[in-house]
Amino acid sequence: MTEFPVITTTGLTKVYRSGDRDVTALDGVDLHVREGEVYGVIGQSGAGKSTLIRCLNLLERPTSGTVTVAGQELTSIAGRGKRAGARLRAARSHIGMVFQHFNLLSSRTVQDNVELPLEILKVDRRERSRKALELLDLVGLADKAKAYPAQLSGGQKQRVGIARALAGDPKVLLSDEATSALDPETTRSILTLLRDLNRQLGLTIVLITHEMDVVKTICDSAALMKNGRVVEQGTVAELLATPGSELARELFPVGGEPSADDRTVVDVTFHGSAATRPVISELARTYNVDISILGAAMDTVGGKQIGRMRIELPGRFEENVVPIGFLREQGLQVDVAEVADTADAADLTIPAPAAQLQKEGAK
Amino acid sequence: MQPLLYDNTLDTLFMVWWSTFYAVLFGVPAGVLLHLTARGAILQNVVVNKVLGAIVNVGRSFPFLILIVVLIPFTRLLVGVSIGPTGAVVPLAIAAIPFFARLVEAALREVDHGLVEAAQAMGGGTWTIVFKVLLPQALPALVAAVTTTVIQLIGYSAIAGAVGGGGLGNLAYTYGYQQYETSLMITTVVELILLVTVVQLLGDLVVRRLARRGTRPSSVVRVGLRRARTEEPAAVTEAA
Repeated sequence: MTEFPVITTTGLTKVYRSGDRDVTALDGVDLHVREGEVYGVIGQSGAGKSTLIRCLNLLERPTSGTVTVAGQELTSIAGRGKRAGARLRAARSHIGMVFQHFNLLSSRTVQDNVELPLEILKVDRRERSRKALELLDLVGLADKAKAYPAQLSGGQKQRVGIARALAGDPKVLLSDEATSALDPETTRSILTLLRDLNRQLGLTIVLITHEMDVVKTICDSAALMKNGRVVEQGTVAELLATPGSELARELFPVGGEPSADDRTVVDVTFHGSAATRPVISELARTYNVDISILGAAMDTVGGKQIGRMRIELPGRFEENVVPIGFLREQGLQVDVAEVADTADAADLTIPAPAAQLQKEGAK
Repeated sequence: MQPLLYDNTLDTLFMVWWSTFYAVLFGVPAGVLLHLTARGAILQNVVVNKVLGAIVNVGRSFPFLILIVVLIPFTRLLVGVSIGPTGAVVPLAIAAIPFFARLVEAALREVDHGLVEAAQAMGGGTWTIVFKVLLPQALPALVAAVTTTVIQLIGYSAIAGAVGGGGLGNLAYTYGYQQYETSLMITTVVELILLVTVVQLLGDLVVRRLARRGTRPSSVVRVGLRRARTEEPAAVTEAA
C-alpha cells in the first residue's frame, strides 16, 4: 500500500429527476482510495453506495464533481453526451468491475466470457485464448473453460466474473456487492480470492457492501455512507482512533452488562503501539484492581492488536479515575460506557489534564 | 391436379421465403434501433424513436388486403410487376418488416440490462453491445420471432394468392372455392396446416436447443423426460 491516491472524487453529486421531484443520491462525496488498498464502502440500501461505485467508471454520470482514476480525470474526458466516447471507453477497459448478479453472457462459454473484454481491446485470437486460460487458472477454474455459466455454481460464476474483470490488466477493481448473492462460505472464499489478488497483483479494490463482515474480513479502509454522504472514512486503525466512530463500533461491537450497580464499565479501544503490550494485566498489577472483561472484539492485523474491549472495574466512576487515566496514558482510547445503553457507548471523556492531575494526586 | 398443387406450393414457399428474408434484413436493424433509442437506453433519442415507432405502427395497422392495393404502384416500380408471386413478395415484406421489428424490439428488451452494463464497464461501445451482447443473448427469442413471422406470412400469402399472387391461397380460392372442387380446397388447407405445424415445430426445436445452451451436458441427452423436467427450473432461473 502506498500513499499515492489511485481513486479520488471531489464533490461528487448525483441528482436524479423522478417526475418533477429531485432525488439526491450522492451529495458531495470526497473519496480517497490509496493504491493497493482494499477499500470498503458500507451503508444501508438507498444510502447511495451503488450510485457511488457506478460513478467511479462513469456508468452513472455524476451531476457535478470530478472522478479521477489512476491519474486520469474521467469526468473531463467523458464528454457531454450520454454515449461513452472512445477515450472514456479506453479508460474503462482498464477498470475492472464485478457485479452482484455476475452478469455473465449465458450464450458464451466461460472462456469466451473472459475473452469478451479482450475482444473489445482487439487482442488477437491466440493471445485472447492464452490470457483467458491464464486468468481462469488464477481464479481456480481452469477446468471449466468450456462450460457454460448455467453449469456453474454461484461462487464459480463470480470467479468467472472476477477473471473477466482482470482481463484488461486493471489497476482498480470495482466490486458492486459481489458477494451479496452468495452463501456465507462462498462469500468467504470469494473474499479470500479478492484478498489474494490484492496482494499478488497489487490490485486496488473498491467494494461496496451492506455486510459489515465483508469490511471486517478484507478491508484496509472503509467509508460509511448515509443519505448520499460519506459520514466517516479512513483506515480501520484511524476509524478506531476516532472517538465515537460509528464504523468502529459496528466493526468491533462490544456488549455486556455490568454485574452490579457500583461498577464502572469502560470501552477500551486498541489501535497502534500500545496494543502489543499486556496493558490490562499491567493495569491490574499496578493498581491492584480486579478487572472483568465483559465483551471484546479483537483482531490481530499486521502483528498489532486492534479492536475494542469492554471491561468492568469495581467501584463507581469517581473511584476509577486513576486507572482510567493509566489506560489513556498507554495510548488507548477509553470511553466510559453508558450502562443503560450498552449498544451506544457514550463519549464521556474527561479532559486529559484533569486525569493527569488526579493521577499525580494518587501518587 | 398434382402438378397444380406442386407448382402452387413452390409459389407459396417462394413468397414466404423472400418476404421472410426481407423482414429479417430490415426488421432486425429497425428493431435494434427502436430498442437503442428508447428512453433510458444507450442511444436514447426521442425523435428517432417516435418517428420510427409511428412508421411501424402505421405499417402494422393496415389491413393486409388494403396494403396490397395501396402498394401496387410501388410494387410495379420495384419489381416491374404487381401480380404473381414476385409481385406479392413486396406487400408481404412490407407487412412483415414492422411486425418483425416489434418482435425484435421485445426480444431485446428481455436481455438483462446488467449484461449491457457489464459490456459498458469493459469499455464496450454500441457495436459491441449490439453484436456481442444483445443479439447473441436474444437469439432464442429472435428465432421464435422468425417462426411467428413465417407463420404469419404463410397466412398472408394465402390472402395475397387470392388477389393474384399465386400460391396455395390462390389455388384454394380459384379452383377450390370458385370451381367447387371441394377436395382440392381441403387438400390445400391441410397442406397449409402441415406447413405451419412443421415450421412451428422446427422453430421450437431450434429455440430449445439455443435456450438450453449449457443447461444440459451433451453426455446426458439420452436421459428421459423426468430428468429433462427437473432441469427445466434451472434454465428458467438462468433466463431470469
